[in-house]
Amino acid sequence: MSIKQTMSTNTPLWTRNHLLGLQSLSSQEINFILDTAASFKEVSTRSIKKVPALRGKVVVNAFWEDSTRTRTSFQLAAQRLSADVIDFSEKGSSVSKGETLIDTARNIEAMGVDVIVVRHRAAGAAEMLARTLKCSVVNAGDGAHEHPTQGLLDLYTIRERFGRIEGLKVAIVGDISNSRVARSNLWGLSKLGAEVYLIGPTTLCPRAFEKYGAKVVHDFDSVIGQVDVINMLRVQFERIQSSQFPSVREFSQMYGLTWDRFQRCKKDVFIMHPGPMNRGIEIQSEIADGPQSGILTQVTNGLAVRMAVLYLVTQAA
Amino acid sequence: MPSSRLLIKNGTVIDPAQNLQQRADVLIVDGRIERIFDSGHDAGIKVDRTIDAGGCYVCPGLIDVHVHFREPGDEEEETIASGSAAAVAGGFTTVCCMPNTRPVLDNEAQIEYVLREGQKADLANVYPVGAITKGRQGRELAEIGSMHNRGAVAFTDDGTGVGDAAVMRKALQYAKMFDTVLMQHCEEPALSGGAMHAGVVSTALGLPGAPAEAEQLMIARDLLLNRTIGCRYHVQHISTAWSVELIRRAKKDGQCVTAEAAPHHLLLTDESCRGYDTNYKMNPPLRTEADVQACIAGVIDGTIDILATDHAPHLAEEKELEFQAAPNGIIGLECALGLYIKALVLPGHINWMKLIDLMSTQPARIIKLDRGTLKPGTIADVTIINPDTNWTVDIEQFQSKSRNCPYHGWELTGRQVATIVAGQIKWALAK
Repeated sequence: MSIKQTMSTNTPLWTRNHLLGLQSLSSQEINFILDTAASFKEVSTRSIKKVPALRGKVVVNAFWEDSTRTRTSFQLAAQRLSADVIDFSEKGSSVSKGETLIDTARNIEAMGVDVIVVRHRAAGAAEMLARTLKCSVVNAGDGAHEHPTQGLLDLYTIRERFGRIEGLKVAIVGDISNSRVARSNLWGLSKLGAEVYLIGPTTLCPRAFEKYGAKVVHDFDSVIGQVDVINMLRVQFERIQSSQFPSVREFSQMYGLTWDRFQRCKKDVFIMHPGPMNRGIEIQSEIADGPQSGILTQVTNGLAVRMAVLYLVTQAA
Repeated sequence: MPSSRLLIKNGTVIDPAQNLQQRADVLIVDGRIERIFDSGHDAGIKVDRTIDAGGCYVCPGLIDVHVHFREPGDEEEETIASGSAAAVAGGFTTVCCMPNTRPVLDNEAQIEYVLREGQKADLANVYPVGAITKGRQGRELAEIGSMHNRGAVAFTDDGTGVGDAAVMRKALQYAKMFDTVLMQHCEEPALSGGAMHAGVVSTALGLPGAPAEAEQLMIARDLLLNRTIGCRYHVQHISTAWSVELIRRAKKDGQCVTAEAAPHHLLLTDESCRGYDTNYKMNPPLRTEADVQACIAGVIDGTIDILATDHAPHLAEEKELEFQAAPNGIIGLECALGLYIKALVLPGHINWMKLIDLMSTQPARIIKLDRGTLKPGTIADVTIINPDTNWTVDIEQFQSKSRNCPYHGWELTGRQVATIVAGQIKWALAK
């Protein structure tokens, strides 16, 4: 099997039993995950879409925050690796009352779990669990901090499209401040040599990101003709109440990917969106559904990337 | 009552109030400083007990105007007794308890309670600080007058600032009548709610930021309000460069303002928050290196008048929460002296005389206490410090009930070796 061969020569490259974020990874480690994902992608093309890599292992999807696609994707990824998968979801915060996050996680772990896939509204939640638990922790999104598997699947999709990442100009557009997707993309893309443009209003796209090598741009139109990839983030309507932008209409006019803007893009521009989309607000339907959109490919690749991640963290453990 | 006589021999006496730093012996009789005289001239003096302070500094007892002893209400975190034990173990002879307890120290009965519990503990001098407003709600003035008369040494709503300018103006006017000091936790409520300093690090960590302007805005506002009132106004736990500058300018204008620093704002930056360790979460938060340098400069040039700790105990299980959800604060009494030596004395920013001035003489002046000096006749609160002791901070050795301290494992030089309150040895370092 191709996966085994890849592993036997390259295993020393991966020594981590957690995946908490991309900021702490090296470019070699990121590339290694992407390469491993490539071999797993092939599995999904078989008639029997299952490998025994995680047979006898238990993966828990522990979601303290709503999610449909990420949860489903992790579930399917674990199942295709032949792991036993448990779903755990809890709403409400440990701030108010009841069991703390740490206690809940310790309880889950005590059931004999190998990997805990955690999503939580608090930045740092995954890191906190990794410090405390003995099992592997995979971050499926922690507050506005990181969403590493989304970052990886975006990298994978870009690499698949262009055959490279180095030298590409990638725009990430929208509410950067509150986006874990933007951050994981920034870390991953920068490490692999892409030029990252963060685009949004001053209130949602702070200059502080320049310290991390990003180009911070408030005028979308000023760079639209130069970029190879445009990754449109979802507009969070609740930000209007916190006065971070005045109205959806104004936001959409300034930062929406309209047909008019699309016409001014590079001919081979690649359009991405982490989902779920607000059609007609941040992205026009014709563009989202058009030939230059990678949106559904992202979802497909997410599965392979998550298989790779689950596989690697359990091998290192 | 038979008289009790204690002689501290062979040490170097440092007393900023008398501009004294010299090898001398200190004779304490019945809890007061009797006299200071050249070492070696003790022949013929009868004493009950002698302490050999050879190689040590003999200083007026350290005074911390900013501690949280959690009593009443959160006795599992700290009590006045356990806090007092931590104080004397840290070389502090006097501490001032913040009023953000449950219930709040906002009336005479609560003030009386803290004083009484402090006396029962019989370790350090424990003074209560009353709330400025009822329930620390920021709406109606608390009974500042009766609390003052009962023994509250200062007033603050610490934990939050008084957000309403009209209320703060009245508080300044009212407190002026008693010549007491209003201490402010400077944080504009509209800009509060951050989990750490708003900046480059919070941007990467995805944590809500507390902007430096939240602190600066309230300082600037209070200075304006107080310009014509002239109440004694004190800025607690100053943390930003512009806060220091605002106070520097106000002092130049002759305004009635003092300020304090805490160890963490002189030693740590927001970089420490990477990793989401909640022992680096406090309010005001750790700021940038430029802020740290500005605070140190403020100490050097006298803009910052005193050094405190903001000793804020929390249970391990509270600090084990998500960074955003975890409570603010760290404990500091038992390592503050060593930390200040590390931050200020060892790098050569200030000398020992200045350090003792900042930790004893000036705090006494701000809360109008007849302590903070070794002048004959003064109550004998004395801290003996060995400047050369190398030691490692070990939270398991702490007298405090809590362990929320980021300095565990730090190697420090200079340590308190004995703490004497009113002539009684309340704590001594085990040999």
